Amino acid sequence: MDYATLLQILDSTIRLGIPLLLACLAGLYSERAGIFDIGLEGKMLMAAMSSATVAALTGSVWIGLAAGIAGSMLFALVHGLASITFRGNQLISGVALNFVASGITVLIAQSIFAQGGRTAPLEGGARFLPIDLPFAEALQGVPILGPLYYEVISGHSILVYVGLLLVPLTWFVLYRTRYGLRLRAVGENPASVDTAGVSVRNLRYSAVMITGVLCGLAGAYMACGLQAGFGREMTAGRGYIALAALIFAKWRPWQALGATMLFGFFQALALRPDVVEAVVRVKVPVPALDALPYILTVVVLAGLVGKAIPPRAGGEPYVKER
Amino acid sequence: MTKLPTWADVVLVPVISLLLAAFFAAIVLLAIGQSPTQALTVMVNGALGSAYGWGYTLYYATSFVFTGLAVIIAFHGGLFNIGGEGQAMLGGLGVALVCLYLPMPHWSLTLLLAMGAAMIFGGAWAAVPAYLQAKRGSHIVITTIMFNYIAAALMIYILVNILRPDGSMDPASARFSDAVGLPKFHDIPILQDLFLKYDAEGALKLGKDGLPSYQRVPANVTFFIALAACVGVWRLLWHTKLGYEIRAFGKQEKAANYAGISSFKIIMVAMILSGAFSGLMAINNVMGQAERLLQNSAEGAGFIGIAVALMGRNHPLGVLLAAILFGFLYQGGASLGLETTIPIELRTVLQGLVILFTGALDIMVRMMLGWFFSPRHAQAKGAA
Repeated sequence: MDYATLLQILDSTIRLGIPLLLACLAGLYSERAGIFDIGLEGKMLMAAMSSATVAALTGSVWIGLAAGIAGSMLFALVHGLASITFRGNQLISGVALNFVASGITVLIAQSIFAQGGRTAPLEGGARFLPIDLPFAEALQGVPILGPLYYEVISGHSILVYVGLLLVPLTWFVLYRTRYGLRLRAVGENPASVDTAGVSVRNLRYSAVMITGVLCGLAGAYMACGLQAGFGREMTAGRGYIALAALIFAKWRPWQALGATMLFGFFQALALRPDVVEAVVRVKVPVPALDALPYILTVVVLAGLVGKAIPPRAGGEPYVKER
Repeated sequence: MTKLPTWADVVLVPVISLLLAAFFAAIVLLAIGQSPTQALTVMVNGALGSAYGWGYTLYYATSFVFTGLAVIIAFHGGLFNIGGEGQAMLGGLGVALVCLYLPMPHWSLTLLLAMGAAMIFGGAWAAVPAYLQAKRGSHIVITTIMFNYIAAALMIYILVNILRPDGSMDPASARFSDAVGLPKFHDIPILQDLFLKYDAEGALKLGKDGLPSYQRVPANVTFFIALAACVGVWRLLWHTKLGYEIRAFGKQEKAANYAGISSFKIIMVAMILSGAFSGLMAINNVMGQAERLLQNSAEGAGFIGIAVALMGRNHPLGVLLAAILFGFLYQGGASLGLETTIPIELRTVLQGLVILFTGALDIMVRMMLGWFFSPRHAQAKGAA
């Protein structure tokens, strides 16, 4: 494998890792507040469909993005209702919302575009366009680092950089603000937060809504950045892989970046059978490559994680009075 | 919150949840410019309006009974098995291997072998996530979901590279021989009279050989095996030591450990049994209907098991009733796809809504009912 191929794979790693990163950070807020969210997948799907639909109809990717976030937040709100207000089973609520999203996205896309559940292909201003970072062209001649900067780091759409910036931001919010302290506390011991006179309900709702916004970004990036439109089940399990990454990262933001980029790398490898074959020197069947990200997810969960301790109050509805 | 009377808990809560799900599905239909009443009429006519419709409804219900039982076995052990889909695909592989390579002289013997193979393959596919949960603490929900995707890829590989007959383009196995075909409802004496064909004047339609002809339906003898499985699972969970251990573990892991129940054993046994029942559904769809192994043979039945288990209140009798209800939704949804412009995905929406209302929002439903059954409300009514 030469340097140019490596750069291409790293470039794909970032492209494919970003939806995972956004979804993983989304899950981080919710789970740190004590609300398990299996429904990242459904929220991404919903956001992908609403953003692609509105972007196709208006021709503006920004209005599409807003619609994507709104669609995702609607689902987040229902999840909040079920798991906070009505103290339901959070896993079941997430699974249910994934099914609803899987069906309803096709119903809506089909009723608007009548193209077998897909949205009309997006072009021009209806997509996120690549951004060239400063001096990318000029520095291309610098050995090793120049092409790395030009091929891998520069030339992505805006949401890629937003996603990367969200990592330090999330770290800051979580560990350096009062809100972050309370958020972490409400996931570990909600009764203590309640005793301090802070509303457990409001904190948890706010976390769930942040999850909605971030899943909205993830879905909009999938439909309007990575691809040019929505297709049925286009998220293909990424919401679940993001959850696996979250566990791998032990619910911490910087580690989430590492974990999602690792999974992004697996997905990038799955797209390059020639490279995989050159490295392992055996012909690898295509289905095996398709399954690779999922198999490696299981391997990582089983073998590499070590002891992952979730937030103590995760999955438990908070009952104020008994 | 007021405690509800038992009948309200068992009957009213699921029924109201179902009505809520239907109500929101109707809103979705209105929003995309379709008529909910037309949809309901088409669904009822398509699924229940004829013996033919019932033949399909009960065929789907048979599959859902198996996957629903699979989910409740795991649920009682405190485990959430979302891997029914993959386990059912692997069960299909087991059934196909028996039917292709070990056909017996009589269908009943082949069926026994196929059942064994389906349960072993499905159980084995569930055993890996179970082991990872028990020994490594890997989250069973995520691993079973990953195993669904892996199963789908594995089936494509096996169908395309191994089981596909020479010269065929479909990713599907060869057709099974006629000797292993299971009797359908229209082949079973007495029962077949329900499926007699009549012509416009109401007279019996006769075939070329002068005998009466029957509507061909996919419902088959495995329906009765599904009924037996309900009884079997009920006996297992409530009348055996193992069932007691599974339920005790599901209620309180620490207390169960203290009573000498091994976490490792229960996680493994409950998940393998669960996978075995998911796998067992393949005798219905692979051996009973398709008569060859197709790609994506389970067609989502593994996921519907979750809705069926929740709707059925985690009890085999409830599972049976809920499975028939979902059989209706499935066959009715198929009629929608054929006769209207409503996409077949409406089924997935309904399935999700039923899971949402019966599984996650059931406290909301109870709160609503609790107000109705509360002593104060009853008094107010008495005074008026």
